[in-house]
Amino acid sequence: MGGMALPQVAPVESPEIEEAPADDRPWVTIVWDDPVNLMSYVTWVFQKLFGYSKEKAEALMLDVHTKGRAVVSSGARERMEMDANQLHGYGLWATVDRD
Amino acid sequence: MFRRNGSQCVATFAIDEVRVLRKVAGEVVGLLTDGMDHTDPVVSRLFPDIYPDRPDDSEEFRLYTEGDLKTGKIDQAGAILAALPDEGEGEVRLDGEAAEAWLRAINDARLAMGTRLDIQADTDLSAELDDAVLHDPGSSRVFQLSVYAYLGYLQESLLNALPEIE
Repeated sequence: MGGMALPQVAPVESPEIEEAPADDRPWVTIVWDDPVNLMSYVTWVFQKLFGYSKEKAEALMLDVHTKGRAVVSSGARERMEMDANQLHGYGLWATVDRD
Repeated sequence: MFRRNGSQCVATFAIDEVRVLRKVAGEVVGLLTDGMDHTDPVVSRLFPDIYPDRPDDSEEFRLYTEGDLKTGKIDQAGAILAALPDEGEGEVRLDGEAAEAWLRAINDARLAMGTRLDIQADTDLSAELDDAVLHDPGSSRVFQLSVYAYLGYLQESLLNALPEIE
């Protein structure tokens, strides 16, 4: 026994386990600031499309305006793609990303 | 400019306004129907990449969605053309659905013009217009800037004339 090499111990963590939590991160729809869209129009779109209250829609619009971008919805990837596509229909500049 | 009348948004347009609205709505329809050029900044702005860092995913998404998006934009520009008086000045009365189509279509027209005019966050529209008038009062830039400003006021008036969203 003394002269034998010890068996290699397999690492406990497998790459699959390492990556699993990443798959749980929600997807988000982001609206970017642009110099053309009126602030009142952007607020109206958020109310109309997401059913947000006027207060919430205005706060989001101001986030877009002052910070350059804001997350306007989050959830499953397909849902976010649908949101972004509808926002494009309204002329807002929207993209989809991981949270 | 629009005002509320009962459940409708109503505006009375002078003959020049009717002509301008017909022209800008027609230009949007033309842009969308003449085989769109995706290297045109106006087209990129109206149809943004959904995944800016992943061109392949953006392209695949575009393949499935762009047709409907384009049809929607053509239809909303068509709503402007349909509601305008056939000739001369006249009144336009919009119900909720038509008002929404007008808002979206005016926005598309403003995005297209704003991109062409290189409107930036710090652009002072009246200063731009003054400069352009000093340079050449009859120039196309004076006309484009005036129409862009007019569409902004018109869109704002329509937003103010809408019933509150529940």
